Parts: sequence; C-alpha cells; structure tokens
Amino acid sequence: MKMVVVAGTPGSGKTSVLMHAVKDLLRSGRSPAVVKIDCMWTEDDARFKRLQVPVAVGLAKDMCPDHYAIYNFDEMLEWAAAQGADIMLNETAGLCLRCAPYPDKALAICVIDVTTGPNSPLKVGPLLTTADAAVMTKGDLVSQAEREVFRERILEANPGCRIIEANGLSGKGSAELAQLMAGWPDISGEMVLRHNPPLAICTLCTGELRIAKEHHRGVLRHLDGFMEYTGE
Amino acid sequence: MSQVTKIIPLTLTVQGGVDKEGHPDGVSEIEIAPGEIIGIVGPTGSGKSTLIADIEQFAYGDTPSGRRILINNQAPAAELRSDPRRKLVAQLSQNMHFLADMSVDEFLRMHAKSRGKDPRLAERVIALANTLTGEPVNPAFQLTILSGGQSRALMVADIAVISDSPIVLIDEIENAGIKKQEALRLLAGEGKIVVVVTHDPMLALMASRRIVMKNGGMTKVISTNEDEQRVFRDVERLDGWLTALRETIRQGEVVA
Repeated sequence: MKMVVVAGTPGSGKTSVLMHAVKDLLRSGRSPAVVKIDCMWTEDDARFKRLQVPVAVGLAKDMCPDHYAIYNFDEMLEWAAAQGADIMLNETAGLCLRCAPYPDKALAICVIDVTTGPNSPLKVGPLLTTADAAVMTKGDLVSQAEREVFRERILEANPGCRIIEANGLSGKGSAELAQLMAGWPDISGEMVLRHNPPLAICTLCTGELRIAKEHHRGVLRHLDGFMEYTGE
Repeated sequence: MSQVTKIIPLTLTVQGGVDKEGHPDGVSEIEIAPGEIIGIVGPTGSGKSTLIADIEQFAYGDTPSGRRILINNQAPAAELRSDPRRKLVAQLSQNMHFLADMSVDEFLRMHAKSRGKDPRLAERVIALANTLTGEPVNPAFQLTILSGGQSRALMVADIAVISDSPIVLIDEIENAGIKKQEALRLLAGEGKIVVVVTHDPMLALMASRRIVMKNGGMTKVISTNEDEQRVFRDVERLDGWLTALRETIRQGEVVA
C-alpha cells in the first residue's frame, strides 16, 4: 500500500488536481482509494465518486481537522486495503498552516495557489517546508515571470522539494503527479510525523508523533463519528 | 556583468494529436526553424491557447490534446520542462496584470535570480519597457498598481532581457496598448523561434506561416504568399497612419 497526503489551503485546488491524478492512476492500472477530510461539510466525495473509485469522508467537527486525520490514518489505511486499493490518497481539510499532517513514509504533497503572491511560500510553514512535492496551481492566471518568481520562493522555503506546475481545469501536470505517486515506496512498519503539531489539548497537541490509536489520550473523534475520552 | 546566454540553434516540432472530439489533427507534423515567426489563428475557443500551452510545457502525449513536442527531433529532457535556469521557452500570456505584492525592482531582481541571471539586469528591463509605453515605469512602484500597458511593456521587456530563451510564445499581443510591432521585433530577437497567437491581420501576415485552429484541432498550415505580402505592406502603412493619429490625440493635439 502506498500513502499520499495532499495538503494545502482551502481553494488552492487540491480536489481538482487530485481528481486529474486519480484519472491518470486509473489509466495506468492502479487502484486508488480517496479519503477526504473536512471540518463541517463537504461534497467533494460526490466528485470523486463520479470517477468510480472508493471514497470515504471524515468530518472532524470539534476536533482539529489535521489532528483528526493523523489520529485516523491507520483506520483509513485499513479501509483502503479492504477496498482492494493499492494507493490511499488522503485529502486534508486545509485550514491550519501550523500542522503538517505528513507521516514520514507517505508521499507528502503541498498544493499552493500561485495567485496568493510570491510571499505566500514563506508563510505556509511546515505544510510546505516538510513536503516532498509542491504543486503550483492557477499558474495560467499570472505571467511566466511571476510563476518563476513563485517557484524560486518555494525553493527558498523547501530547497529539496519537487515542484509540479499543475492546472486543475485543464489537467496540466497531473500525469507527472500520478507518476510520482505510483513510483513512491510502499509504507511499512511504524510511521511518525515529520513535524511536531502545535500545543493544545490532546496527546497530539502535546507532541505525540506516533500514528497508532493506542498512543493517544484526550477527547478524540473516530472516523465513524464516535467521540470518546481516553485517559485517566 | 550579465551572463550571455547563447541561443542554441534548434528546431521545434509539433506532432499532431486530437481535437476536442478525439479526431486526429489535420496537421500531423509541423517543423519550425530558428528565426521563423509562425502564427496561430482561429476563432475564440478553437484551441489556440491550448496549442501554446502544449508547446510551453513540452507536451509528450500527457495533455488532453495528446500532442508531442520535439526539440531538434528529440523529446526534451524533464529538467528542460521545468527548471527556469534551463528553460528554452519564454512566454507572453494573455494576462495583463501582476498579482505579486512586490516592487517592480524587487520582482525583476528575483526573476533574474530564478533564471540564473545577474539581478542588475532589472535596470535594463525597466529602461526597455519605458521605450514601449507612454507612461514610464518607476522601479519603486508596486507591481499591482501598474496599468495594463505598463504591465504588458514590462512583461515584454522582461522576456527580451531576462527570459532570453530560443523559443518565444506570444498569446495575443494586440490587446496590449503598447507598440505591438516594436514589441514583436524585440521579442523575436536574432534567430529565435516565435509562435504568436493573433487575430491581428498585420501580425498574422508578419508570420511566414500560420497554423489554422478549429474545434481544438490543427486543421491546416497556410504559407504567407506574395499576394499576402503585398497586402501586409498595405496593412503596415494603414497601421502606421492609425498609430500616428492615436499619438496625436493622446498628446492633446488636433488631427490635421
């Protein structure tokens, strides 16, 4: 099983880019399954279902959406395996720039909108700096010079990252992205986060990096909506 | 001073793909030589910008059109597609405004750096831009306050000086509000391949050939024949007359 985490701010084009990549993965004989995490409401699952791939939705409600995703990664992987998938694609809610919900062995993708201006790569933080690849969207709305300056700024923030220029409308860049996903190593063994989450109220908030549920305490919400308090 | 980037003589080949309905392009292959200006014409929505995009990203059957772009009869290496330091393509798109919240000077220096060039080229870009537009651009201006004409002039000068690439793609220069013929000559430089999307009779006839687009497909290639070249000279005279009139009115004078 391969795991891909797609993060990025709301409206940056995560869903559109991912949908094109899913089509390319299907064409190359892969079996992707998609888990969409959102806060309160989403209809993105309907968009993915049209591609006839298994789709699950997780709504974080009162829990931080990135913490919620991290807490439920193992469950997502089990679900994807049960669907016969060989790639689990997780699209995050994309709100907080402080968390980077990237397990070390997953392919971490940060989708970033060029029209937000060349200073935005410096503001995004660990979401960009710890990503394996940055996908630049909406490049058709700016000049080539502006795209190139934006690219330079991404490299300042994350010198080693792969940059893919994509277009959620035309599908530009999706083949390159799908190739990157298909070539990523399978996940194995225990995974840890690449970057510590900020301080707040659950075990993740206090710096727990391990993924499995047994390591977590606090008020936690499961994928199926069941909320519980675990702890003393 | 600036590093001189030698233009490598190269040929650009577009291998046909399919139109919007999946029918094969009428033009199965077209090879463009250094120094050639080639037009792309066709009604709105006929696929002109898509063809430009195919060339810009060196499509290799991975775009909706399924076209392939070859350089010197070979598929270009992946890093030539994306790394601005090695990029073979400079593009002037339809966008008339900058969104970056930076000063003109800071932006141009950063762009020179991204292309591996001397940041001091920024001064030359601004000087050149100011020969194309009536309203001078000041290096300290914020990019976002520039007028459409100023932005366009700056984009043209930036391509001529900083993005000095052997292939230049231009999407509809006539919308510019700048001296279009001078801009085209500047962009064409010496021995470059220029691909220009246009509805403008003068620019279309300046090209030695033009690709005709319809419903997303390349339907045919027309070579500018002697009759058309005669028409071009008439259009050029007419355009010169209109430009002079425009300038007279701009300067607040009475048309004689």
